[in-house]
Formats: sequence, structure tokens, C-alpha cells
Amino acid sequence: MREARPLSLAAAALLIARKDLAIEFRTRTAFFSAVVFALLGIVIFYFAWDPTAVATIDLAPGVLWVIFTFAGLLGLHRSFGIELADRAIDGLLGAPIPREAIYLGKALANLVFVGAVEAIAIPAVALFYNMPFGGQGLAIVAIALLATIGLVAVGTLFSAMAVNTHLAELLLPMLSLPFFVPVVMPAAQATARLLAGRPVAEVASWIRILVAFDIAFVVACMLAFPFTLEE
Amino acid sequence: MPEADRALRLAVEARDLVRSFAGRRAVDGVSFALAGGECLAVFGPNGAGKTTLLRMLAGLLKPTAGSASIGGVSLPGGPEVRAAVGLISHASMLYAALTARENVELAARMYGVRESRRAALAALERMRVADRAETPVRALSRGLQQRVSVARAMVHEPDVVLLDEPFTGLDAAGAAALSDVLVELRSHGAALVLVTHNIDEGLSLATHAAIMQSGRFVRVEEREGLDAASYAASYRELVS
Repeated sequence: MREARPLSLAAAALLIARKDLAIEFRTRTAFFSAVVFALLGIVIFYFAWDPTAVATIDLAPGVLWVIFTFAGLLGLHRSFGIELADRAIDGLLGAPIPREAIYLGKALANLVFVGAVEAIAIPAVALFYNMPFGGQGLAIVAIALLATIGLVAVGTLFSAMAVNTHLAELLLPMLSLPFFVPVVMPAAQATARLLAGRPVAEVASWIRILVAFDIAFVVACMLAFPFTLEE
Repeated sequence: MPEADRALRLAVEARDLVRSFAGRRAVDGVSFALAGGECLAVFGPNGAGKTTLLRMLAGLLKPTAGSASIGGVSLPGGPEVRAAVGLISHASMLYAALTARENVELAARMYGVRESRRAALAALERMRVADRAETPVRALSRGLQQRVSVARAMVHEPDVVLLDEPFTGLDAAGAAALSDVLVELRSHGAALVLVTHNIDEGLSLATHAAIMQSGRFVRVEEREGLDAASYAASYRELVS
């Protein structure tokens, strides 16, 4: 056997994340689908909204997080979908890397994917709803990042579970959405308060809840992931 | 090779391997042992359980019963066992959006091969497909994809090579390149398990031959002394 140096968990995860992002960069199918979905969603909500009945400040946080949740699912579905063609997943499972590295690499790539969609969707919401993101921009970006970590942690696990089923497109949202609630709820609450001009200190408890769920979801999903791959 | 020496150098061993799917035994009590430098050719009709057997040896499927080991370590084992195995299957295991070189280099890096790019290009060269190294896999013909797939499986120079119909889709040049690679790997002490329908191709590389039917090895023997024509005739008789 050729002289080799085993990869660490972090190095293997980065390798897989880079591979996934390179594939997405070449094809761009899932990214464009998610961005178009997000923008169309924002436009539809905008025209369905009655400004005399609901204030922008009340509507925008909900719109934002509904859009992120469903646009994110498009990317999460693709995450293990690219491994099914020509059984590329066997190449990953046969390689001498920890199974957890596959999960972490996929989750990292999904984080970049959903983050990139959010980077387009947040300014679009600001534009359409004339929202004052500027003053609390950094805090909102931090909340979006924390919430996205939670969403992709759960979504990546369920993507691996759903991908081998005939109803993957249906099963992934059915499995994921209930687990998204504890992440989306504090994120939406914190976003609403910041958009209403409340100080960051007032949303600290929501941020703590987000951090707690992020840690719990990342650890639990990483530990559960190897069992989803067993045949 | 003296039996005592051979036992010490066992590269692959299967003991009463069983794998069931929904109550049906796809592999039903298969046992064999191979030392480094030996090649077992497994012949059998579709649905005989050959692919399931290889997937268990590759650590991709858990046996329902029985056990198997690679280099003395029980499967499924850890990364050290997987590092010793190379698998060529029906599917190419390649990413269509990446180039041939990127696919093989990715495998080399996952196996921790030093100078992964150079190793990837050398593997593509051995499979005589280096001139298409920078072509996306999706733009390659099925035969060229198969060559890249072989390069991907061999880039870390495995001690145990599991091959599932590796000659399928290869033209004469590709088949010759694969044969050369397999002969070279064997000469360096690698053990091969070769699943094929083609008796001539299988016997040309094998030190041992087995016929698999309904999940069982119904005939196992050493290659030496076997006549390919009469073996093919008895195979047809067995599986018909």
C-alpha cells in the first residue's frame, strides 16, 4: 500500500465541504433555484400583504424566516442527492475518514449555501418592505448565522435519512420542519424586536436559546449520523 | 505457497458470511480465504449474490451472520481497514461535475496519499486516460468514465482490491490497461476478488475460481490445472 497519512476529522470535513461547493459552483442549479424561490416568495408575500391591516414591522420577520426555511430545504435536499448519482456515496463510505467528517463537511457546505441565499434575500426583504436593517444589521446577520447553523445541522441529518427513500422530496420537509421550529421561533422573535428598534440586550435570551439549540443539534446529529448510513 | 506461510499472510477471509434482505438470503454461508498476491474469480448468474458479497467485504454492508476480515482485522473495522481496500463497482462512484483529475485527486486526498495530485495523474496515466484529465466526467464516454473509476479505486495502491464486473464498458485498450494494473498489483502482493460473468477474463487473472449460485459457493477450486473451455462448459451446465 502507498505511504499515506490519515486525515483528521476537520481536514476530511473541509475536503468534503470544498468538493460539495465546487460541484454547486459548477452546476449552480440548486443555488439559482433557491435564490429564485426566495425572491419569488418575497414578491408574493409583498403583493398578498395588506399594508392597512398588518404593519411592515410585524410582517417582515415572519416572511424572512419562512423564506429562509423553505429555500434552505432546496439546498439540503441536494446535499445527499449529489451522492446518489453513480453511487458516489460508496466512495465516501469506503474512504478511511470518520463518518462524522462526512456529516460535518456536508453541514459546512450547506451552511455556506443557505448563507449565500440569505445574503441575497435579506437585502431583498429590506428593499421590498423598506425595513431599517442598517442600524441593527450586524446583530441580524449574527442571528441569521446562528439560526442557519441549527437549520443545517438538523436538515443535513434528515437529508441523509431521506435521500434513499422514494419520497425524499416529501420526507425531508416532513422530518425537518418540526425540528426547525425551536430554531426559527427565537430567530424570528429576535429579528422582530431588532427591527422594532429594541436594543440588542433585549434579545439576548433569544440568542442564548439559539446557541443552546445549535450546540444540541450539532452534537446530537453528528452522533446520530453514522447510523443513518448503515444498510 | 506453504499453508503455514499462507495462513500468516491472509489478506481476505470470509467465514460463513450471510446477508439477508427482507428474509431472503442474498449471500448464504460463503467462506473463503485469500493471501496477498492471490486472486479469487467469482462467477455466477445475475442475482447470485456476488455484488452483495463484495459490498460486505468493502465494509459497505453489515453481514446478517458470519464474519469477514481484511488483513486480520474483523469487518466492518475502522479507517485503517478501509484504507487497505479498493473497490470497483457497477457504478463509477464519480462526480459528473468534477474533472477526471479532480475525482481521482479527491480520492487520493481522502486516503491521505502524499502528493495527491501527482498520484492522481499517475493513476490516470496507468489507465491511459491522462490526456482527458481536465475533462469533466460528464463529458467522458462510459468507457472512459470506467477507466477513471478504476484509477480512482487504485490511486492509493490498495492491499485488497474488490472488482465487480470491472471490464464492463471498457474497450480493448481500457481492458488491457486494467489487466496490466491488476497484474502489477498482484505482483506487489495485493489480493484480488474479481466478480465477473466472463470466464476467460476471470480465469486469466485468477489463482482461485468459484461459482456462486443462490448466495452460495457451489464450486471452489484452485485455478492451476483448470481448463478454461471445460470450466466454461461446466459453469453453463451448473447455472442453466
